[in-house]
Amino acid sequence: MAELPQAVRGFGVTFLTMFKKVVTEQYPEQKVPPKPRFHGRHQLNRWADGLEKCVGCELCAWACPADAIFVEGADNTEEERFSPGERYGRVYQINYLRCIFCGLCIEACPTRALTMTNEYELADDSREKLIFEKQDLLAPMLPGMVAPPHDMYPGMSERDYYAQKVTGSSPEQVTTGTRTTVEETA
Amino acid sequence: MTVTSNSGPGSDLEMATDLITVVIDGVEMQVPKGTLVIRAAEQLGIEVPRFCDHPLLDPVAACRACLIEVEGMPKPQPACAQVLNDGMNVKTQYASEVARLAQEGVMEFLLLNHPLDCPVCDKGGECPLQNQAMSAGRPETRFDGEKREFDKPINVSAQILLDRERCVSCARCTRFAEQIAGDPMIELLERGAQQQVGTADDEPFDSYFSGNTVQICPVGALTSASYRFRSRPFDLVSVPTTCEHCASGCSLRTDYRRGVVTRRLAWDDPEVNEEWNCDKGRFAFTYQRNGRVEHPMIRENGELRVASWPEAIDAAARGLAAARGQVGVLVGGRSTVEDAYAYARFARTALASDDIDFRVRETADEETAFLAARVAGSPVAASYDSLETAPAVLLVALEPEDESPIVFLRLRKAARSGTKVVSVGAVATTGLAKMSGTLVPARPGGEAAVLRALDDDTRALLSQPGSVIMVGERAAGAQGTLSAVAELADATGATLAWVPRRAGERSALDAGALAGLLPGGRPIEDPQAREQVAAAWGIPASDLPAVNGRSGDAILRAARDGELSALVVGGVELVDYADPTLAEEAIDNAGFVVSLENHHSAVTERADVVLPVAVVTEKAGTFLNWEGRPRPFGQVFRDALTMGDAKVLSMIAAAMEIPLPGDVRVLRAELGALGPWAGNRFQAPTTPSGAASEGTVLASWRLLLDSGLMQEDEPHLAATARPTVAMVSATTAAALGETVTVTGPAGSVTLPVQVADMSDDAVWVPMNSPGCHIHTDLGVTPGASVRLTAGGAA
Repeated sequence: MAELPQAVRGFGVTFLTMFKKVVTEQYPEQKVPPKPRFHGRHQLNRWADGLEKCVGCELCAWACPADAIFVEGADNTEEERFSPGERYGRVYQINYLRCIFCGLCIEACPTRALTMTNEYELADDSREKLIFEKQDLLAPMLPGMVAPPHDMYPGMSERDYYAQKVTGSSPEQVTTGTRTTVEETA
Repeated sequence: MTVTSNSGPGSDLEMATDLITVVIDGVEMQVPKGTLVIRAAEQLGIEVPRFCDHPLLDPVAACRACLIEVEGMPKPQPACAQVLNDGMNVKTQYASEVARLAQEGVMEFLLLNHPLDCPVCDKGGECPLQNQAMSAGRPETRFDGEKREFDKPINVSAQILLDRERCVSCARCTRFAEQIAGDPMIELLERGAQQQVGTADDEPFDSYFSGNTVQICPVGALTSASYRFRSRPFDLVSVPTTCEHCASGCSLRTDYRRGVVTRRLAWDDPEVNEEWNCDKGRFAFTYQRNGRVEHPMIRENGELRVASWPEAIDAAARGLAAARGQVGVLVGGRSTVEDAYAYARFARTALASDDIDFRVRETADEETAFLAARVAGSPVAASYDSLETAPAVLLVALEPEDESPIVFLRLRKAARSGTKVVSVGAVATTGLAKMSGTLVPARPGGEAAVLRALDDDTRALLSQPGSVIMVGERAAGAQGTLSAVAELADATGATLAWVPRRAGERSALDAGALAGLLPGGRPIEDPQAREQVAAAWGIPASDLPAVNGRSGDAILRAARDGELSALVVGGVELVDYADPTLAEEAIDNAGFVVSLENHHSAVTERADVVLPVAVVTEKAGTFLNWEGRPRPFGQVFRDALTMGDAKVLSMIAAAMEIPLPGDVRVLRAELGALGPWAGNRFQAPTTPSGAASEGTVLASWRLLLDSGLMQEDEPHLAATARPTVAMVSATTAAALGETVTVTGPAGSVTLPVQVADMSDDAVWVPMNSPGCHIHTDLGVTPGASVRLTAGGAA
């Protein structure tokens, strides 16, 4: 006799919970946007005319506590320019099997080339697929952008880019060069 | 710290005898008189910030970063130029607020115009300016004006790039160029904020030592085209190595990333290269990756095909076993001591042959006798240090700047403190002028007669204790020269040094890879020497060949004429032989040729079995430099799949059922236990002087930067090479005009004329430079008679 009230009390908890707000999310049928500062997949940003912001300095790789980032810099040439200035990131890889999403890399980036998006769906079924290459990380081409390699905005210097004076592409900026290390996704 | 004997005030610790008592930061210490404050502080473990200070360069106090307080002096003094006096009381930034503020102020000034390039600057991560801005600078900048800007980068040479706005005007590069290299082609131009390093118009900084300026630049102002943006310092794994390019034996640091060498730097070795190296050693390493033989190959129905290792080893072993006793071994001049020792032992045991030679160049029996008598197995006699203290140095058939650049740097340093340099040769070169040397003119081929008739003044110079005679490998081509050199050394008491060009020649000589010489300089015809070696090799002494075998050209002739039925060839380039046609015919006519090579070559094309071997980064080993000093180095790429020559030879020997260790450490220990020969040595040769050829004779040597195979795929380096020209006397040049056609038996080359201080009946052309390869284009060797015609008509 003494056990029954306890059992009823136990069900009472269950019963009361039915009237509380549900915290379960119906993922993947319903996707709830994370908080704005959530550390998701990285993105390599572009200038307004489509040139890349990354200068291949490797400070992100240096800052990374998990050794998840691999960068190789290279020279921009007159024929093939990927970023304003002299240097660009020829190879850029982030290994999401290693990344701990701490965000030290984006703090280290001197050009704001590397930022983090809110995208969190990063599960996959092979190791290769989780090593993101540069083309997987580059920001999408927005309207008005021209896919690199191409010249800097006519009359603008590297410094003008950093001063935010370039706000779009010019008709004179057209994709040049044959070696395209980046598959552009519009 | 580096102990040096700079000619500048006060850094010579070794020579000083008087000690003075000084106080630094309250610590009383005794230092030799004339010591600089910055050096004494280092001994206490106090690091004063510095940019322009370099222990091997004269003090200049250009950057002012090292200001310290000296009691009794009204203003802060630069520690890098302030000589300590007895009783001086010095306070560094740790003990004096005045010094700390002074350093902070200087750092603020230095950073005013310094761009925020760190993310894209090659120096970022290993930059003294970055480090010292953190340790001695202000936390925040107070400057909000416009920084000075220049176009960037500019080429001071094809290889060296200059970002002028990064420069802190420390003058390390210009002082290096002037004081160390003797190539004052860069200088500080303009004044004030516009001060910048520059060259004269149309005169690039094409110094053989230009790469050192990149290394000693304390900021990222000087960078090299070949390394720019290749990687960041924190990516790199550094391994100490030894340079494989020449017999100077420089200590290097090889940096690699992900299995690829990205750069090489001079490593600090005060006894050998100090902190310098030449541009060839620094920049020429791409050959290690490109054009490699990747798989063993065997010839089947006249065609080479890829084979497995066991198949190729088996084929090599069968072919060589069939020809046992009639096999010649050509080792090449690039092998390590251990590899050369393996060749030497392989030849004497597995092949039962003494027909072995490492010299891929002009040779002579006289040279063999000279090397056996005076060089092989002998301990270090003349060293870099002895060059520095020598009262006089005689150079014979040697152009140090081209043929052994670190010898050149040390001789130049010696000459700056009073050593007399005398050269017996055909041309008074710019290199000789940089050593303040004098020329004793000798017609190419006639050096011996000149040496034997050397005037009394020069003999008196060389008779001073400590004098050195340095003879180059080219002496082999001029009959009697090596005999005359040995006679002169005996007569004057001067120390004799043989300076070969290739890194592996001395190694191979001491390891016994020369006919008639067993390891350690043991004469093969001496029964006691044979017994020692046979005991070490675990075989009866009767199994060793007891008579001198063929050497050099005799091996080639015997192979051509069918007297030798097989050849083992390792690291040989046929065009390097004095007679490339003979070499080709020898390889073609030899019944069976085994080639151990890392690159595809004329030998691998003709070989019956090709076995790929490791380059220096893929194996451990030792080079003996010209002094005879062992220069061991470790394996850079530990996971390399390639095998060294010794390992491959041991596999062939195993297939022939002959024991031969393949492990470098075992070979090294075995050779070490054997030691040098202590018994009777050969007598030096007494060959009579050769007569110089009639008419116009050819003088020639290999330039440091030329068509050498190990400099391939280095366009920036090649662009700094000296132009291919023909040097003649002013009289001859007046008769010839702008260009000259030099004609030999095999053909002719047309080259621009350059006037030099030389005799009227001689002409100098580079031995193996783009547009002039004398062995193949002209069919001659130095000392031969050639015809000169004006202009381009062949």
